[in-house]
Amino acid sequence: MSDNAPSCHSSGPAPAADNPFLNGLWKQNPVFVQVLGMCPTLAITNSVRNAIAMGLATTFVLTGSNCMISVVRKLVPKQVRIATFIAIIATMVTVVDYLVKAISIPVYKALGAYIPLIVANCIILERAEAYAARKPVWKSTMDGLGMGLGFAFALSCLGTVREVLGAGTWLGIPLFGPNFEPWVLFLLPPGGFISLALWLLTFATWRDRKAKREIAKAKAQEEKMHEEQLAVHA
Amino acid sequence: MNDSLGHIFIDSLLINNFVLCVFLGMCSFIGLSQKFSTAWRMGVSVMFVITVRGVLSYGARQLMMSLHVEYLRIIVYIIIIASTVQLTEMFIKKTSPALFRELGVYLPLITTNCAVLAVPLFQDSRGYNLIQSTVFAIAASGGYCLALMLLSLIRERTYLSDVPSLAKGTALTLILAAILSMTFMGFAGMGTGS
Repeated sequence: MSDNAPSCHSSGPAPAADNPFLNGLWKQNPVFVQVLGMCPTLAITNSVRNAIAMGLATTFVLTGSNCMISVVRKLVPKQVRIATFIAIIATMVTVVDYLVKAISIPVYKALGAYIPLIVANCIILERAEAYAARKPVWKSTMDGLGMGLGFAFALSCLGTVREVLGAGTWLGIPLFGPNFEPWVLFLLPPGGFISLALWLLTFATWRDRKAKREIAKAKAQEEKMHEEQLAVHA
Repeated sequence: MNDSLGHIFIDSLLINNFVLCVFLGMCSFIGLSQKFSTAWRMGVSVMFVITVRGVLSYGARQLMMSLHVEYLRIIVYIIIIASTVQLTEMFIKKTSPALFRELGVYLPLITTNCAVLAVPLFQDSRGYNLIQSTVFAIAASGGYCLALMLLSLIRERTYLSDVPSLAKGTALTLILAAILSMTFMGFAGMGTGS
């Protein structure tokens, strides 16, 4: 169906739970697991290119703000911390705003008002509050990078579904013959809601199966131990 | 583009509904739409914040233009939002402690509600004057309020229906939102005939 759909299953769960980078990328994926930062997720994913650009811009802001907040975390009094965090995030977003404008005008036009809106992306404030305000600089930076790339990954998953079905292309490359009738609904707002719902359902099914497998495994182990105990007693 | 006040109002209330067509304020849209009573209160507080700051940010915009510091706009706007939210919080705490408890954590979260930040950004890019800005702010936040109330009413009914356990929660809400969004697509083209 899509080029990077299989990859999200092969990457598997993160082996080390305390690795902040993998944690953000997969285990606590901001979009698929935590369901945060919905606005850019739905608004910007009508093409893979925009999705990747948005994902990278957010990664940049998230990494920078997590790093800076972690540096100043002991200097900031508790009462004004939210205001300080917001000011730091807004500074990073201003940098990105001008950076994207300098790198590519078409991308800047496509993303439009959503670049300044990165400030209001709940993921960034959530990570600042939940992680960067408590952990050392290096860990916070890795957490920001992981979360950001996880976000970019989720965005490109959504962008893939929407672009392939809605326009018959992937990253602008036509995938089907000229007879393909694009399913325009997927490029329109309802398509965003539907494809995100489908992704969430896919992941829910996958997690459900995994949980069931683990329960079965634990049960089998328990029975085995029970039998061994019986054997010992006998 | 047609910039009459009526057109701005209909356009941002229905045709380009802030939540269902422009995807702003999604977090609270999904998070706060479980109960109608919470939803309409949240909608009204957001309306209040957006309208107040719509006017304030117009003033700030003029000030920044006269000082040639437009590059500060994101920081200035977010600070205005934070202080307006603080003001609203104090106002609600004084007038209705029950509502204050009910809104709980979501009240400070208005600060990171993208709809609130998007209003002044759209005002800038479309070059609205003061009256147009105010109408736009009221209509956009009214659209947010409308969408939130509609979704909460539908969600209240789904509690009794039998849905697959996997789809319960966010996925179901997103599908409901998709249907609502498709309905709102029917408004496209309204107001362009005249």
